[in-house]
Amino acid sequence: MNERKKAFPARFRNDMILIGVLLFLSLCLALYLFFFRGKGDTVKVTVDGEVYGVYALSEDRTEEIRDGEDYNLLVIRNGRAYMESASCPDGICVSHHAIHRDGESIVCLPNRVVVTVSAEGDGAPDIIS
Amino acid sequence: MKNRSKTVAFLGVCTALALILAYLEILLQPLFPTLPGIKMGLPNIVIVFLLYRRGIGAAVGVSFLRILLVTMLFGNAMAFFFSVAGAFLSLLLMIILRRMSFLSTVGVSVAGAVAHNIGQILTAMLVLETVELGYYLVILTVSGTVAGIVIGLAGAMLIKKIPQKIV
Repeated sequence: MNERKKAFPARFRNDMILIGVLLFLSLCLALYLFFFRGKGDTVKVTVDGEVYGVYALSEDRTEEIRDGEDYNLLVIRNGRAYMESASCPDGICVSHHAIHRDGESIVCLPNRVVVTVSAEGDGAPDIIS
Repeated sequence: MKNRSKTVAFLGVCTALALILAYLEILLQPLFPTLPGIKMGLPNIVIVFLLYRRGIGAAVGVSFLRILLVTMLFGNAMAFFFSVAGAFLSLLLMIILRRMSFLSTVGVSVAGAVAHNIGQILTAMLVLETVELGYYLVILTVSGTVAGIVIGLAGAMLIKKIPQKIV
């Protein structure tokens, strides 16, 4: 019993270290994603890992991504892309905020649709992978 | 616990509890529409409790049964793979960390929650063949940490308060 009492504060401290490290790492990743990624100018849509289409962000358009029964309605407006509506049950993709930064993406898991923003020239080498 | 049937009954009740907590979570989801994909992980209270009080077998068994039942009732095959991937990584890490015993229940639970989310993101990367899920990683790590603290505190309370002779 005595030993347990002594051991507790050390574990508590370790917990704090773990929580601190996790939050710090996610903060770093968030800052990296926020500041070191410029604006993108095209959106790439993939269904089941295969490219469905690539669209320019500068042009307003509405694209229906259809795969059998499933559909996702992608809207590009004012340089941002968002999911207007979708057939998926959870609606996570629809509630996702509009994306415009390089590397940002909207994922619709049930329909296996991924919408990703990328910067000019898909062929440009991305040294940070 | 001495006899076998008592163990079976107890683990059955635990599975039912984990199942109902998972259902409660599904019911509560519309309350937080701004946080898509984030879950509290309420059933994990049961898993953490079992891991500490009844050992690895009970925790793994109840966790797997819970996922199977939830999938059969509300989900689909895809949801099953995501759940299993998350649960596998989460349980593995929690078992190891519990063994090493330098973290309290809260720390173990936090690690488990984050591991669960990472397992799911890794599965998503495989399924969708994409690596652009960094944003989800940030959101899910933070939410997993917070949820893990809450679940860990609740679990620790149960482990302490529920008398040994009952379970």
